Amino acid sequence: MLLAIIVISSIGALLAGLLVLAERVITNYGDVEIDINQSDKKFTIRGGGSLLESLSAQKIFIPSACGGRSTCGYCKVTVLEGGGGLLPTEEPFMNKDERKNGVRLSCQVKVRNNLKIEIPEHLLSVREYICQCEKIIDYTYDIKQFNLKLIEPDSIKYKAGQYVQLLTPAYEGSSEEVYRAYSISSDPADNTRFELIVRRVASGICTTYLFDHLKENDRVRVNGSYGEFYLRDTGAPIVFIAGGSGIAPIKCILHDMVNQQNKRRAVFFFGVRGMKDLFLFDEMQEFEKKLADFKYVPVISQPEPGDNWTGATGRVTDIAAAYLEKQSDAKDHECYLCGSPGMIDSAIKTVMQYGIPLEKNYYDKFS
Amino acid sequence: MNTGSYPLHLLVILFTSVFTENILLARFLGMCSFLSVSRQVKTAIGLGAAVVFVMTFTIILDWFAYKWVLQPFGIEYFRFILFIIIIAAFVQFIEMAIERYSPVLYQNLGIFLPLITVNCAILGASLFMVIRDYDLAESIGFGLGSGLGWMLAIVAMAGIRQRLNNARIPAGLHGPGITLIIAGIMALVFIGFTGVLAGK
Repeated sequence: MLLAIIVISSIGALLAGLLVLAERVITNYGDVEIDINQSDKKFTIRGGGSLLESLSAQKIFIPSACGGRSTCGYCKVTVLEGGGGLLPTEEPFMNKDERKNGVRLSCQVKVRNNLKIEIPEHLLSVREYICQCEKIIDYTYDIKQFNLKLIEPDSIKYKAGQYVQLLTPAYEGSSEEVYRAYSISSDPADNTRFELIVRRVASGICTTYLFDHLKENDRVRVNGSYGEFYLRDTGAPIVFIAGGSGIAPIKCILHDMVNQQNKRRAVFFFGVRGMKDLFLFDEMQEFEKKLADFKYVPVISQPEPGDNWTGATGRVTDIAAAYLEKQSDAKDHECYLCGSPGMIDSAIKTVMQYGIPLEKNYYDKFS
Repeated sequence: MNTGSYPLHLLVILFTSVFTENILLARFLGMCSFLSVSRQVKTAIGLGAAVVFVMTFTIILDWFAYKWVLQPFGIEYFRFILFIIIIAAFVQFIEMAIERYSPVLYQNLGIFLPLITVNCAILGASLFMVIRDYDLAESIGFGLGSGLGWMLAIVAMAGIRQRLNNARIPAGLHGPGITLIIAGIMALVFIGFTGVLAGK
């Protein structure tokens, strides 16, 4: 019996040793460089592994369900250079466009030489951040701003207009952890801190936590950044329409426009119910001074007699419609909409009457 | 059946293992990759060729391991473990070598190698070799024949499945359901070869 074990073990060890040796000699491809999204990120690794493994070793996680056996077809990336031809194992997962554009299954692409690849931006930038709540500012009876300072890591990268997810830990109002999405409202020039504008939702798990339990200097966890709500790089005139806390991503975009010295014509219709709901008024007027061609139009739907409101009154979409009516190039506008789903749907319907196509409407529904 | 001379005997073993005792359709070994990689004829040919190659060579290695190591030490009962180790190591080694030295071959054959490391038909062939007490030449004939038989079955299946893309299949039978039914019918068809040839 002992002899049998010795014989089998030594054969096993011999083969293992041969394989290790073979791996050293045969699969030594030396150092190779992987270039992601046109040099947005670059790293040098030892070649030989699959692209999927190599990326995950760099903490870039491509979704994959089958563990690299080419059966799930999830781990698609675009390989621009150095990937070789499409393998038969990948073919069943690719449609015509993907074949043409060099989409590959990253589990099947071996890293043998320098590679140039493209992966969706959000896979590169999504990660978790630990922040400290520096300050809580009351704007109205149901809207607060939370200023968060990054602790670990100490900076965040995002596109103006994107959102983060905030983790609400278990507390007396909720027995489990939940994530809620909030848009970043602050100036992206400072990447060591950011601000969120939150409207209280009656018996909302996260907003109750933020409003009643979170205190200054407490720590919170967020992950991000996410979202397709950011300024498209065109020269088209812009219409922003927002209601309530929907001002947050638009404020962020406006900061960014100031930083970029963006001279596009822009007008921002901000709809609230009454005078008591209006906030950030001075800051918005400040943007009118800083930006080349920006107009801020607050709209109050139900002003009370004591408000002495002299500005626009009515539904924010009607006021925006009246503005577009007067523009000779109304159909060329891009619309950025942020607020309740009802407001966004009605805004899209309104602006489409002026010839603005659906795909020029960018929106972030706060539901 | 009197098989006559030795070369003819070898030929009979080869054909028997391809048709009458097809390792896949008569023994139902190597089913998993047969079902999952039989969507396209081109892919099936690649995988089939890889199986032919690996089966032929591992059966030779396993034959030597059996005759030179297991039998002299009287530890034949360890053949399962030893055969698996040998097959896995061989496949790994060949994959590395092909990938490095022949990109064309890797593209067509090499990428399938990891898929068949754990193909039970490969181990099955080596175990049949022991049960039937084949000599080296017989083993080679049997390994080659079993591999070709497996390839024949998967290529035929892939051909049928490609045609199925245009067929109207009841909703409940999409995917594995219809594939298993087809495999069953193919197995019935191969029973038709029974008695035409008998190996040993």
